[in-house]
Amino acid sequence: MKIGAPKEIFEGEARVAMTPDSAKLLQKLGHTCVIETGAGAKAGFSDKAYADAGVEVVKTAAALFKAADVVVKVRGPEPVEAKRLTEGQTLISFFWPAQNDKLLAQMKAQGSTVIAMDMVPRISRAQKMDALSSMANIAGYRAVIEAGNNFGRFFTGQVTAAGKVPPAKVLVVGAGVAGLAAIGTATSLGAITYAFDVRPEVAEQIESMGAEFVYLEFDASELPDGAATGGYAAPSTPEFQAKQLAKFRELAPEIDIVITTALIPGRPAPKLWTKDMVEMMKPGSVIIDLAAERGGNCDLTVMDEKIVTDNGVTIVGYTDFPSRMAAQASTLYSNNIRHMLADLTPAKDGVINHNMEDDVIRGATVAHKGEITFPPPPPKVAAIAVQKPKEKVKELTPEERRAKEVAEFKLQTRNQVGLMAIAGGLLLLAGMFTPASFMSHFIVFVLACYVGFQVIWKVSHSLHTPLMAITNAISSIIILGAVLQIGSGSWLVVVLAALSVLMAGINIFGGFMVTRRMLAMFQKS
Amino acid sequence: MEYGFTTAAYVVAAVLFIQSLGGLSGQESAKRAVWYGIVGMGIAVLATVIGPGAGNWLLSVLMIAVGGAIGYVVAQRVQMTEMPQLVAAMHSLVGLAAVFIGYNAHLEAALVAATPEDQRNLLEGFAAILAHKSPVELTILRVEVFLGVFIGAVTFTGSVIAYGKLAGKVDGVAKKLPGGHMLNAGAALGSLLMLVIYLQSGSAMALIVMTLLAFFIGYHLIMGIGGADMPVVVSMLNSYSGWAAAAIGFSLSNDLLIVVGALVGSSGAILSYIMCKAMNRSFVSVILGGFGGTTGPAMEISGEQIAIDTEGVAAALNEADSIVIIPGYGMAVAQAQQAVSELTRKLRARGKNVRFAIHPVAGRLPGHMNVLLAEAKVPYDIVLEMDEINEDFPSTDVAIVIGSNDIVNPAAQEDPNSPIAGMPVLECWKAKQVFVSKRGQGTGYSGIENPLFYKENTRMFYGDAKKSLDALLPLID
Repeated sequence: MKIGAPKEIFEGEARVAMTPDSAKLLQKLGHTCVIETGAGAKAGFSDKAYADAGVEVVKTAAALFKAADVVVKVRGPEPVEAKRLTEGQTLISFFWPAQNDKLLAQMKAQGSTVIAMDMVPRISRAQKMDALSSMANIAGYRAVIEAGNNFGRFFTGQVTAAGKVPPAKVLVVGAGVAGLAAIGTATSLGAITYAFDVRPEVAEQIESMGAEFVYLEFDASELPDGAATGGYAAPSTPEFQAKQLAKFRELAPEIDIVITTALIPGRPAPKLWTKDMVEMMKPGSVIIDLAAERGGNCDLTVMDEKIVTDNGVTIVGYTDFPSRMAAQASTLYSNNIRHMLADLTPAKDGVINHNMEDDVIRGATVAHKGEITFPPPPPKVAAIAVQKPKEKVKELTPEERRAKEVAEFKLQTRNQVGLMAIAGGLLLLAGMFTPASFMSHFIVFVLACYVGFQVIWKVSHSLHTPLMAITNAISSIIILGAVLQIGSGSWLVVVLAALSVLMAGINIFGGFMVTRRMLAMFQKS
Repeated sequence: MEYGFTTAAYVVAAVLFIQSLGGLSGQESAKRAVWYGIVGMGIAVLATVIGPGAGNWLLSVLMIAVGGAIGYVVAQRVQMTEMPQLVAAMHSLVGLAAVFIGYNAHLEAALVAATPEDQRNLLEGFAAILAHKSPVELTILRVEVFLGVFIGAVTFTGSVIAYGKLAGKVDGVAKKLPGGHMLNAGAALGSLLMLVIYLQSGSAMALIVMTLLAFFIGYHLIMGIGGADMPVVVSMLNSYSGWAAAAIGFSLSNDLLIVVGALVGSSGAILSYIMCKAMNRSFVSVILGGFGGTTGPAMEISGEQIAIDTEGVAAALNEADSIVIIPGYGMAVAQAQQAVSELTRKLRARGKNVRFAIHPVAGRLPGHMNVLLAEAKVPYDIVLEMDEINEDFPSTDVAIVIGSNDIVNPAAQEDPNSPIAGMPVLECWKAKQVFVSKRGQGTGYSGIENPLFYKENTRMFYGDAKKSLDALLPLID
């Protein structure tokens, strides 16, 4: 099959759906690749780089649409592009089928197949093609960089000869993929980072990234179960929202940078950062609203623009963060596409097998063979295992801990004394019936066992095999018995003793030699 | 020479043996420790041969020379991967020798009993010691002989079967005769009955019947234990061979035998304990075979096993800074340790931090992996134990699992219903990326699915370990 990537014609879009690297890997799947001239220019990939990777470069978009069996794109098709798709041709791009029913109907009429990258189900197998996540990751990173660009101070605190610099305080609202990426970037720049999310189960992830989770005093049972909605946030109750806003109001005066990423699937973005909060913030503070496309989390956000409020707070409402890092975004997106195509060509023979039984392919396909296949049936595999809240280990007070230690000590003492008493009693009992000559040997035996236990515990784990070999050799001390018996008058005894000496001899020499051989091999670097 | 000298020599030998075992606490001191053992053994044997009670020393020396020559040749030729077999074979020799010496003690005692009272003073050697025993002491002697022969016989057949399983000459799968453990219990009861008969009559028949029963117990017990439990079995047999020596020491009234037997016995017992603990199973459940029952349905595993090619692994290794390699029995089977060592050398030459994580039950013998890696010239200071390395996994870039399965199974921690729940495992899934080198999509020894293979950061590197590593080597730069 021929995979083609046209130049993106949406204004300001710098990404491209195929890079020279991804093209090479696509060719390994048995496909051939074609690209429109200049498609990768804004992302830093020249036509020559494509040509070197074995990609055919064509002059116009029209020629590309004609040549390619599968068209890969970043943005959904513009009307002019949609018209070019023909029957049997496949388009892989972002599509947003729920918002674009007219376009979808047009695809159905034209008989083209559409795989929407935004519809890839959220199951772990499909993560490699989850373009929403890979783009959100970039957006989160870029949000912090953008904030730094508009923020007049350091992120990290410093004590310099010229004076002390306090660290910046960053609040990330919404700990999805973008939020976590923002947290990671902000903490690695040295900022004190706080994060908030309505899903309490992400607290662990937030803390693992080095941020502090902003807890709300709230009964957990009233919260929506995040796992039930495929890992996305669900709308919260009015009481909860009120508490949340109160918390934000409390934080607003201290925070230097706010990054909001809160989105609820299929709804306008929730308003979380109100006008009065913006007014409370210090001049020079920055708000990056990653939800600007859906109306913004902040009251004052203007989509696609950067504004400065009267009190000197910068609010950035750009919606094209991934495109602002076109090289990185193109690399990740083209990999997502490449993984999708790898799943579509399971035999790696360049023949696309559009298997509608496959959860991932079925979920992402919105139009196929003249039919609209959106919305898809729920996937057979649950998106995320429902996590039970973990039992919190109760912190012990010093007194309790002490009491516990004492109890443990008492138990240990009781066990030890008990064991010794039983063993001693048994021994005494045995002593009453056995002659002294036996007991004198028995003392030796017990002491030797004791010494053995003490010594062997100290043996290094890595030397257990040599230990076995050497104990083998020395257990052949049994040879002494045979040597003592070999002088007997009975021929049978002599034969048996001689055989024992022979076997023990093998063991002694074999055991010691092999131990030496092994130990000589242990070398320090 | 007098008894005093021999006893003094025994004391020196005993101290040297203890020193020799104690020296194994570190790799460097261990090299010295072997010599303590050798010298101790030399002193003990020499003192016995020239001391009182020994006769026919020419035959002794001849037999030692022949046996020594055989032992030397075997020790020089054995491959390090064959160590488990060798150790098992040597246990069987100790066991058989114990049986023979026990029989001799019985024969001599019978001989003494047959000699008229007034002629007993004329007896020489071991018989002379017996001649001075009181009736109670003779009864105790019978118990000691009986025990020595019993333990020796179990050790003998058990070790022979263990050898066969480890060497691949006997099918490694756990097998039991119909009746299972009831047969063993029956045989043990029979032996007990024989003990009573033997104590009362001193008949050789009872001793022989018991020996046969003990042979059967040893055979049947070890046949019922599967491949991966072998570390426990081998250390248990090691322990038995020591106890057999101690029992023989009692019957011969020889303190050195008792001391050494006790040392070896406790050493084997501790090793078995360590192995059992590392599998979170009780000693009894290992010996009785089979894995502990599940308490409910296993957790469902979602996701898929994603394969990766050699280029992918090489790229990840070239980018990684810290790498942990987790070898298992599969590495020994594929003879991949040289390739692993070469890989380690190359990666370390690039300034990467490469370490090895060894689970206590990796391989078929305690410490087996350490010896294999040492043979392949991997420096021992980068080979770490489970407890030393487990907390480093989260900061590890790449973990490579070569031929191990159950010891890296996250189900042990995550799934309370898993048969291996609670077993300490190497937490390699916490590394940023995990590569699993494995022949195919099978389960491990325990037959438990391994959720590690389905984790998002895990990639399966299918193929023979040695071949895949050899293909990988040229790509590391």
